[in-house]
Amino acid sequence: MKQQNPALSKGIDWSLIWIYLLLVAVGLTAIFAATYKEGDAIIQTFLGFKTDYSKQFFFFLTGAVIAFFILLTDSKFFSATANLWYAIGIFLLLIVFPFHSKIKGTESIIKMGAFNFQPAEFCKIFVSLALAKYLSRPETDFTRIRSQMIATGIALLPAALTILQSETGLALVYFSFFIVMYREGLPSIILLIGFAVAALIVATIIIDPNTLAIILTTIAALIIYIFRRQIKRNKAILMRIVLFWVLCVGIQRFAVPYIFENILQKHQIERIYDLFGKDNPYVEKDNTLTKAESKKKKESGSSYNVRQSKIAIGSGRVFGKGFLNATQTRYDFVPEQRTDFIFCTVGEGFGFVGSIILLGLYLIMLFRIVTIAERQRSTFSRCYAYGVAGVFFFHIAINIGMTVGLAPVIGIPLPFISYGGTSLLTFTILLFILIRLDADRQMVLR
Amino acid sequence: MSVFNQSRSKVIRIIFLVAFIFIIAQLFYLQIIDGRHRQLAAMDNAVFAKVDYPERGIIFDRKGRAILNNTIIYDLMVTPSEIKGIDTLDFCQLMGITIEEFIQRVNDARFKNGPVRPSIFKGLLTKDIQARFEENSWKYPGFNLVERPLRTYPFNAAAHILGYIREADARDIERSGNFYKQGDYIGKTGLESYYEDVLMGQRGVQYMIKDNKNRLVGHYENGSFDTASIAGRGLKTSIDIELQQLAEKLMSNKVGGLVAIDPKTGGILAMVSGPNYDPNDLTGPDGSKNYSKLVLDVTGPMLNRAIGGRYEPGSTFKPLGALVALDEGVITPSYGYPCGGRYTLCGHGKPACTHSGGGHAANVRLSIANSCNAYYAHVYRLAVDNPKYRNVKLGYLKWKEYMNAFGLGVKLGLDLPNENKGNIPDTSVYNKENNGRWTSCTNLTLGIGQDKMLTTPLQMANAMCIVANRGYYFTPHFVDKIDGETDDDSTLLNKFRKRHNVFTQISDTAYTAVIEGMNDVVKFGTARVAQIPGIDVCAKTGTAENYTILDGRRIKLPNNSMFVCFAPKENPKIAIAVFVQNAGFGSTWAGPISRILLEKYINDTLMKKSEADLERISKANLMPAYFKRVQYKEDSIRAYKWFKTTKDSAYIKKYLRAMNSPVKEVPGRMPIPMKKVTETAIIIPVEKYFRKPVVQKVS
Repeated sequence: MKQQNPALSKGIDWSLIWIYLLLVAVGLTAIFAATYKEGDAIIQTFLGFKTDYSKQFFFFLTGAVIAFFILLTDSKFFSATANLWYAIGIFLLLIVFPFHSKIKGTESIIKMGAFNFQPAEFCKIFVSLALAKYLSRPETDFTRIRSQMIATGIALLPAALTILQSETGLALVYFSFFIVMYREGLPSIILLIGFAVAALIVATIIIDPNTLAIILTTIAALIIYIFRRQIKRNKAILMRIVLFWVLCVGIQRFAVPYIFENILQKHQIERIYDLFGKDNPYVEKDNTLTKAESKKKKESGSSYNVRQSKIAIGSGRVFGKGFLNATQTRYDFVPEQRTDFIFCTVGEGFGFVGSIILLGLYLIMLFRIVTIAERQRSTFSRCYAYGVAGVFFFHIAINIGMTVGLAPVIGIPLPFISYGGTSLLTFTILLFILIRLDADRQMVLR
Repeated sequence: MSVFNQSRSKVIRIIFLVAFIFIIAQLFYLQIIDGRHRQLAAMDNAVFAKVDYPERGIIFDRKGRAILNNTIIYDLMVTPSEIKGIDTLDFCQLMGITIEEFIQRVNDARFKNGPVRPSIFKGLLTKDIQARFEENSWKYPGFNLVERPLRTYPFNAAAHILGYIREADARDIERSGNFYKQGDYIGKTGLESYYEDVLMGQRGVQYMIKDNKNRLVGHYENGSFDTASIAGRGLKTSIDIELQQLAEKLMSNKVGGLVAIDPKTGGILAMVSGPNYDPNDLTGPDGSKNYSKLVLDVTGPMLNRAIGGRYEPGSTFKPLGALVALDEGVITPSYGYPCGGRYTLCGHGKPACTHSGGGHAANVRLSIANSCNAYYAHVYRLAVDNPKYRNVKLGYLKWKEYMNAFGLGVKLGLDLPNENKGNIPDTSVYNKENNGRWTSCTNLTLGIGQDKMLTTPLQMANAMCIVANRGYYFTPHFVDKIDGETDDDSTLLNKFRKRHNVFTQISDTAYTAVIEGMNDVVKFGTARVAQIPGIDVCAKTGTAENYTILDGRRIKLPNNSMFVCFAPKENPKIAIAVFVQNAGFGSTWAGPISRILLEKYINDTLMKKSEADLERISKANLMPAYFKRVQYKEDSIRAYKWFKTTKDSAYIKKYLRAMNSPVKEVPGRMPIPMKKVTETAIIIPVEKYFRKPVVQKVS
């Protein structure tokens, strides 16, 4: 569909585009600060695309071109082809298995010439589209359990495939689509149960298993005591309470240990325990190591990353050490600092104030997306918008959370800021499809 | 449906907001509440205080020649990650090591400093290996030479005076309040130790930024916190290095001590302790090996006997005995004693005298010239029994006060550590031995420098200065001047610039009597060997018996040979005290040694006779034979202890073989060690230098 230029800008939400440009600029600055070495010839390396910041700039340009084409596209195109994209996405995820390349600790990357291509990243777009498409079908009645199951299946199928590629972090992102489903009428009780299970798992990690079992039993006994009158009248309540108690203790005593022992990998368990500052009980203690040696071993693990990252952020104090004066990030004390730990560069270089400004930008962006979602007349656009909000929120919260020690270390990038072509392109496409759909909000898509 | 769920957008917004508030709260905690700690942690991570070591100060002799200087030696450094494609076998041959050793050392380096930082592969290369490496260095990437300053002694002399530096040990570090760090060098003995603060200079600090692999990448804050190091200051000493070298040559292969002082200033001209060692042995590549060898040698080459050896002064004490009595006023220069060959007034006829009759002790001068034992025993009694002091104990205390004023029985306080104060016993010692009832007859022989009197060669040389100066002395010292002297340095040196007046009562004629007596000793008496044409030498010989206990038997050893002198008689320039252990009469060894030194210092040339004496004395080996036996015992005991703790029989085997062979009784006074044990000092690691061996459990 061809449109005239004036029509192109009509209805476009410029505030999102400005935020987008600002965040990319912050990202380029941070990557520059993290990788620039004294004496580098800036202009030359920049033009030669040899350094990370110049590569990232190149990715940004590519993204801008793609964004431009997205804005030229008719918005009907997205709803029409959503299922096709989803199929392509699943296909790509499947062909990763025979064709993935050997890159450290992951089986999710296909090497194509000079570029690494990670389908699991792109799949977020396709799932957003497909889920929106499914939920916006006239025949879908989301109050029915069957529809809810299908929607969950659409969201979690790529997650399952991603887990098989040892990319647990990326897989967890797909859980953010529950926000879409929640908005579209998923019963609140499911979210509450989700939170309850999460709380129980956390409690299992923090509290000694026997103590926790006693606590749970005591709570059950108390509830039975409080509701003793009702129970006299209706034995089913007692049954429910007992069933609930059995379930909780079951999760705590059997399910969690089973997951830890058989599903999660060693380093993941370690990271989870590090987050709560606990020793990992699932590792056989090596008694031959002396205290100093085991300490050293511990320090070199993932807790080292978080410790250094916290030092970096904390040492920024209120106003930061200033651009290029950050010792922690400039001299490589924080590992992976241009990708997953990029927030450290901001925290150390620009301090609390800089961090708050960045977080503020993100929060404005999220709220703006929610506002945009709510003003859509078509369910497809609204679902898609919530999908985008969910994905962004999950990335931002978990990524910054892990750098400040609030979330376990799972390698997911910070939108628009972390170094990496695939992630930058993915987020750009996600955002610009939203902007395109929003521009046509007067049309009813269905 | 959508209208129904619209309120949920608010819930979603709240979820977003709550998550952000959590993150902001954590940021607030990390950056604002707890930020100080993290800031320090980041500093600790990234800033490295690189200490800049200044050059140590240089020590000069009286003519401005550097006798302790700095030189440069090279350490071979290795950067494990840069070793690529080198011919290991070739390299090992060059270094003289095995391939296993090579691998071990590279792995050690990698373990210690990581693969990208240089660490020491081989410290203190010998000139030979260094030259060979430099020629071929292009073949070995990852290896390079690093300069390292080293102390050097250009004259190979004055080891005991100058001392040495070594890495500071745990005690040094603790004592300095952690000013010194592991690996810093510190003066351990001698002037290096006494003037440590002056010689070491002031360290500088450069604050460097390092990265996560500990590589230094630049100056912190452009070096605005850095301080430059200040080189150590030089010391100008009173040592005459040529005289020192000559003295060391004369004392080679002898046990004893020698001190030469300029009486006018108290500046020490030469000081030798035998046996001696070459100070350069302790620096350089073989330093540690030589050090342990010297430490384990029972003859004690590391002990400075000139200030730490305790000897009975014997007859050399007599001039002082005379001066005390003269100052007390109990005798006059013309006082005589009718000696008939022995001292009879205490009833036991002791001590005996070498002369009898002929008025050989008719006055002070004659008594000294003839070294009359009876005269000085009597003079001692007169001084102690002086009616002024009511009883012998108070008299003795007064006498001891005199001794201490001379510097006997107290530390003189020269500028070397570990000075011994000798021994002048307190009354309590005699009270205890004699149940509180004793007379001047009890310790009669103190008057002739025996009984419990012990002195160091330094103390006797200083006593000669008092006689030569007619009643005063300056505290003996080496350092006259410190370059760029500060107020602190002045307080350090001022005690050497203060004149100590010992006597108050003696008239000039009395001094003359003593000095002339000593001159007569050279002219007609026992010290004729010290005659030098054109110079009036004053001297006194001494001989002391001594014993040692070996294998449970008390053995009489040859007498100690002693000689004290000063010259010229008028306007004295040098005072010398020489003690040679187990050498025989004072005039056979110690006398000629003194004469040669006097000649050298005053005339700057040697007579024909002295040249010959120099040749004879320097070649003579007067090391007492019993040391061999003592060494053997020490080594075998150590070998046994080593065997017991480590089950390593490598050392003890030698002794087992010797033990199995029949021991023959060797005729003669001196026990001779088991046959064919030629190793005098076998180097067995002393436990304290090594980590405790791991004792394997046998189950």
